[in-house]
Amino acid sequence: MSGKNYSAGVKAYRETYWEPDYPVKDTDLLACFKVVPQEGVDPEEAAAAVAAESSTGTWTTVWTDLLTDLEYYKGRAYRIEPVPGQDGAYFAFVAYPLDLFEEGSVVNVITSIAGNVFGFKAVRSLRLEDIRFPVAYVTTCGGPPHGIQVERDIMDKYGRAMLGCTIKPKLGLSAKNYGRAVYECLRGGLDFTKDDENVNSQPFMRWRQRFDFVAEAVHKAAAETGEKKGHYLNVTAPTVEEMFKRAEHAKSLDMPIIMHDYLTAGFTANTSLANWCRENGMLLHIHRALHAVLDRNPNHGIHFRVLAKMLRLSGGDHLHSGTVVGKLEGDREATLGWIDLMREKFVPENRERGIFFDQDWGHMPGLFPVASGGIHVWHMPALVSIFGDDAVFQFGGGTLGHPWGNAAGAAANRVALEACTEARNAGRDVEREGKDILTAAAKHSPELGAAMETWKEIKFEFDTVDKLAAG
Amino acid sequence: MSKVANIQDYRSSQDDPGSRRYGTFSYLPEMAADRMRKQIEHMVAKGWNPAIEHVEPSRSADNYWYMWKLPMFGERDIDRVLAEIEECRKAWPNHLIRLIGYDNYAQSQGASMVVRRPGA
Repeated sequence: MSGKNYSAGVKAYRETYWEPDYPVKDTDLLACFKVVPQEGVDPEEAAAAVAAESSTGTWTTVWTDLLTDLEYYKGRAYRIEPVPGQDGAYFAFVAYPLDLFEEGSVVNVITSIAGNVFGFKAVRSLRLEDIRFPVAYVTTCGGPPHGIQVERDIMDKYGRAMLGCTIKPKLGLSAKNYGRAVYECLRGGLDFTKDDENVNSQPFMRWRQRFDFVAEAVHKAAAETGEKKGHYLNVTAPTVEEMFKRAEHAKSLDMPIIMHDYLTAGFTANTSLANWCRENGMLLHIHRALHAVLDRNPNHGIHFRVLAKMLRLSGGDHLHSGTVVGKLEGDREATLGWIDLMREKFVPENRERGIFFDQDWGHMPGLFPVASGGIHVWHMPALVSIFGDDAVFQFGGGTLGHPWGNAAGAAANRVALEACTEARNAGRDVEREGKDILTAAAKHSPELGAAMETWKEIKFEFDTVDKLAAG
Repeated sequence: MSKVANIQDYRSSQDDPGSRRYGTFSYLPEMAADRMRKQIEHMVAKGWNPAIEHVEPSRSADNYWYMWKLPMFGERDIDRVLAEIEECRKAWPNHLIRLIGYDNYAQSQGASMVVRRPGA
């Protein structure tokens, strides 16, 4: 780097960090931000500022810049597009060289790209819409401990989606009563039950008693039905030492699956737990408490598709994805986009689904999206149609709220799932013919008939807050 | 008036072999040939390889059932598959029979269903 002199002062970011002719490298990590610049800041300067502040730059020139090869290490804004239908907002595309990120560390990636830059004054708001992880980076991460295909073999579930249920009330049950609710669900035909995310180890039910009673429930239901069963034992804990202690106990009880909240507990804890699960043959269910704080505002924060990609890299065999049809937010096309990102080997750019980049996952296994929240038997045709087989459908109230109890509620869901799956395989349009399919199945299942009668009026039809940019 | 009279008991127990289930479609009535035919058509359309397995009902939870011959690689004739299921049933009348669609790209079973449940 001969021939450059040090000159103190403030330069426009665009002089260094805006490179519209930059040829993107296969090894670059690419990011797409939605930027709303402050008044008087043009989009190129705002995009360059984002590239600078999320890579090598700071607000003023420093002499030590000349001790390194900034041309090699800097991030670059290389493309800007106006956001369709939203004046003053732009998609800014930034390329970062691979060397900026520690291998196998989603912590390092998110700290860099979603760090201080989100509080930067030159932008009114900033949202990380998508990241393209180069395969060169993907291969440094552990990924899902097992993935879809291995989980199917472990659980012996083929040719259909799996069924789960979150035990309610979420708080206040004793361990023994809680285990009863688990046993009833599993003997009725569910594959899994689940701890609620905020069930950790409170005074009313300490984790050890919960694990012990749940283990008996799982083993007993498996013996009774002859099918493999599991309960997501939540090992989310105040410290990682405590988290591992709980995971070890779950293993000693011969449990097939545990669960973790990856955002509130953090990526470091999650990656370590995923590694432990891989070492110990334990499946890992991932909940996403906190995600809506980060991803729901359409102008500021981190889109869920990015959080989903980070989880696939950090490690998990299941991840909550939204249901499209239930009580929680989730646009259909956008949801299809991020469930592809969880499951597929290669996901091409598709703006209709909010996917800004091709994403090649290399050899990394896919994971099961989990549809959970306000769903019941009447939603089954839509769920089968939207998610297909590689998914877990979780009916909490939709199992436990059955007038004859959990076992009947579970059986109703299982019959509905199998009837819709059989009909889909037989070439029927299950969404359009859903009512006929369920009504016919209920002739052989009074449990399903009672469930259909109980929930016939419930709908969750509100407009989504976060819509994809019309394009 | 007690509401419990309106509640139907969910009947199953460990001592009752009738409480056992066998994976996908075992919560639906046993398949007749017309329903089976549609599922085999689906497998074949997906490019999956049909295969037949059978086992004693008491060993249904095992991962490995007995293979009937070999998977029918490349078989597209639905009647041929149905005939093999029938042949297996004649040879093992008291066994559970499962039909599998091997998806060699996913290295998994795209479909798996118990098609004969003696005593069901």
